[in-house]
Amino acid sequence: MAKQRVMIVGGGLAGLAAAMKLAEGGVEVDLMSLTPVKRSHSVCAQGGINTVNDQTRQFGDSEWLHLDDTVYGGDFLQHQPPVKEMVEWGPKIIDLMDRLGVPFNRTSEGFRDHRRFGGTLFKRTAFAGATTGQQLLYALDEQVRRWEAEGRIHKYEFWDFLGPIIDDAGVCRGCVGQDLVTMEIRAFAADAVVVASGGCGLIYGRSTMSMACTGSAASRVYQAGAKYGNGEFIQVHPTAIPGADKLRLMSESARGEGGRVWVPRKPHDPRPPVQIPESERYYFLEDRYPKYGNLVPRDIATREIFNVCTYEGLSVEPDRMCVYLDLTHLPRATLDQKLGGILEIYEKFQGVDPREVPMKIFPAVHYSMGGLWVDYQRSASGGLEIGSTRNQATNIPGLYAIGECDYQYHGANRLGANSLLSCIFSGLVVAPGIQNWMKSLPGGAASEQPSSLYDRARRKHQQTHDALLKRAGGGENPYLLHQELGNLMTRSATVVRHNSDMQESYARLCELSTRAEKCSLSDTGHWTNQNVVFTKALKDMFPLAKVILKGAIARDESRGAHFKPEFCAAGLTSTAPAERRHEAEAWCDRFEENTRKWLKSTIAVCGEGGEPQLSYESIDTSLIPPRPRLYGLVGGEMIEEVWKQRQAGRTPATRDGNGTTAGKSSPASASAH
Amino acid sequence: MDHAATHDANSHSSHDHASAARVFAVRVLRQDGPGQPSYWERHEISRESDMNVISVLQRIAAKSKTAEGRAVPPVAWDCNCLEEVCGACTMLVNGRVRQACTALVDRLLEENPDEIELRPMSKFPVVRDLVVNRSRLFRALKKIKAWIPVDGYYDAGPGPRQSPDEQLQAYPLSQCMSCGCCLDACPQYTKVELTRREGESDEQFAAREHEAFDRGFIGAHAISQTMLFNANPTGSMNAGERLDALTSEGGIQVCGNAQNCVAVCPKEIPLTTSIGRAGRAATLHVLKQWFDK
Repeated sequence: MAKQRVMIVGGGLAGLAAAMKLAEGGVEVDLMSLTPVKRSHSVCAQGGINTVNDQTRQFGDSEWLHLDDTVYGGDFLQHQPPVKEMVEWGPKIIDLMDRLGVPFNRTSEGFRDHRRFGGTLFKRTAFAGATTGQQLLYALDEQVRRWEAEGRIHKYEFWDFLGPIIDDAGVCRGCVGQDLVTMEIRAFAADAVVVASGGCGLIYGRSTMSMACTGSAASRVYQAGAKYGNGEFIQVHPTAIPGADKLRLMSESARGEGGRVWVPRKPHDPRPPVQIPESERYYFLEDRYPKYGNLVPRDIATREIFNVCTYEGLSVEPDRMCVYLDLTHLPRATLDQKLGGILEIYEKFQGVDPREVPMKIFPAVHYSMGGLWVDYQRSASGGLEIGSTRNQATNIPGLYAIGECDYQYHGANRLGANSLLSCIFSGLVVAPGIQNWMKSLPGGAASEQPSSLYDRARRKHQQTHDALLKRAGGGENPYLLHQELGNLMTRSATVVRHNSDMQESYARLCELSTRAEKCSLSDTGHWTNQNVVFTKALKDMFPLAKVILKGAIARDESRGAHFKPEFCAAGLTSTAPAERRHEAEAWCDRFEENTRKWLKSTIAVCGEGGEPQLSYESIDTSLIPPRPRLYGLVGGEMIEEVWKQRQAGRTPATRDGNGTTAGKSSPASASAH
Repeated sequence: MDHAATHDANSHSSHDHASAARVFAVRVLRQDGPGQPSYWERHEISRESDMNVISVLQRIAAKSKTAEGRAVPPVAWDCNCLEEVCGACTMLVNGRVRQACTALVDRLLEENPDEIELRPMSKFPVVRDLVVNRSRLFRALKKIKAWIPVDGYYDAGPGPRQSPDEQLQAYPLSQCMSCGCCLDACPQYTKVELTRREGESDEQFAAREHEAFDRGFIGAHAISQTMLFNANPTGSMNAGERLDALTSEGGIQVCGNAQNCVAVCPKEIPLTTSIGRAGRAATLHVLKQWFDK
């Protein structure tokens, strides 16, 4: 048999996990990455990685409850079988990472220690100091280096993925890449291509994401015909440190320890914050949510901070949106003891001591729940059929997607410390499926394909590149255009979404996209030309930006990270018990109606002129039936009571009904509405 | 006027820098490619609040004009996380090797109000401008087998139990982000820069380069990583192999104990402690081999 190879694009947790697992299985792997893989964005994850463990089990925890937390947290917008499989692998994945040398924090008896994270009642989160992502990535980087030393893995670091190579039968046969140093464009034959390129935060200009997170690889795959799922679901973290270059995360624990959020009552009050008297400060979270104060749920905190700065014009600074997160009233010793680490980060980057001066913070785009659509094969027990060639496969045969760039695991909202798990899991689970795919390749191995297929693909990208360098351009500056794009997207498609606003933004987005075609290059050279590489990445941000905006406009509901005030189920208003009960009944009716209408994934395909065409895919919720998320809602107890009575009255008929709908093993063939 | 227009204009925060200069100078040591001469170039940047050297380089790229108004290609530089955890943006800022992301403009201008000076790292071949080729650094990690040689990736239960003390020893060493600060500051670590011979293939050139790298000093980072893996209960099973590498040509014996490495490490890794431990382990290892003959 002809020699076979797999190309992996991206060397974060997902890409490295896939690379080492394939290498172990005897597969030759090429690994292409914009940066040396050890510098991938996975290093930025701090908190930890969630799995059920021996300790939580004794408090009643189980894989099933981890599944429940994940789909409830995700507002039921994900297929449940892949999540079930993921949480079941969780404990084994932690064991593996432990064996690979990750320095997990230890209990005094020498077991792995755990902490509690949002969205669960159990201490499921294993951690390695405050740099868990870094430590996990390094362990995988080391294993990949080991295989590299043996010649099984070949790295192409400082290479840009330009696009997949798809033959006339529609099968992916490799990809085209560009050396970022020499600018050489080369075609790579591959029997499977795995895209593991991470999130697309740079579409929002500045975010908590790294500079490599342009989304360009996912966009190029999408433009080549791959489906993109739930693009409109973008997680925004409430507290980040605004910077001129990027937004860095500030942990929620600052508020947990007593931090207060406020803005001056007088817009852009120029006085130093400590000189502003109490009476002239607006503690808007405490004012509006007397019960929860500064510890309102994450999405509410995010929305309120955003509202205060944008719609109410009360940002601390006139030229930059931010509010104060104030710890200065707390004793220094307490701060050092409990918050030392995160305060040092603030001090390091802001050059200001947060023990003396209130921190300036603002919400920041943090994670893309949406991504490339991928398939799966459901097993009889409701998990995944391991080894199926469909697991993690895009709709282009031979082309796979894993990690943050797929849409599979987090639904409408990701739980903290679940992303490291989904990245490693999807990387490991894709490997046996690819090995089976390569056993029965349609039309033979990539190395047996006509060389004209590769020459043609290489030439096409070379011509695009040369044309970009040669043309006069139209005076547009790619860096400034990127800022405009970022500001537009941040303003209209993050925390609070209004249709009229987004429709206007969509028109402006199309204008920007046209202007991006007229970028003038300030570097037309043929050596380490970062200018042309950035310009190409910028152009490829627009198709995904359109997917995000169009999907958000079309989805007339509020779900997880997607919040439209016009389509939001408010709490109960009446205080009279009978009337309140009546309102709760109506609330549940509306919830059921909305579930019927909107519990489905947005699927975008790239149409004529880069216009996304949307359709919808039903979701396998056969394991855990959808239920209302009521945290913090006025009258939640009453709604819950009504809801439970309804469910009790319906079993088992409804459950069967759900089971039948979702019993379809192929989400690909699921109906589009 | 919308937020887009007000937000990112080169704004001046009235209360933060009321007395500070509006514009500051940046001097960059540029080089168009390997083997090319280097030259200084001066840029002027409008001051904004919360700037670091990364945002300075972003403004330079957006302007692509020198202080004299001459159009130039953007300065090339390397970066990714911008949180001092990936190691990419390492360069010489005002003569000191460090990450550009944590180099704050306000602090730098306090040191030297006239200008900020940017140069590429001095011990690695320049690719272009501030981008250097640090592949030698990763090569060293291969030489010392910086990994845990597990049997496989199938489920085999948890790793060995370890005390909190062992974790406390390992964690700081495991934070090494391979940035190369310790190498740039080391008097014994000298630049190895090869040029490709005519007709030499990629593979031939790489092989020749690896050979040259392996002869040069391995550096503090790799010595410290050896100690990290040799202290791991599973990793210790191959401790001898790593010590073989550490005592071969370019090994720990080259260290001149200047202690610059520990002074410049951005992660404050106790590099000299690792070197001390490695020295003792290497001596015992060599003696043991000698007696076992």
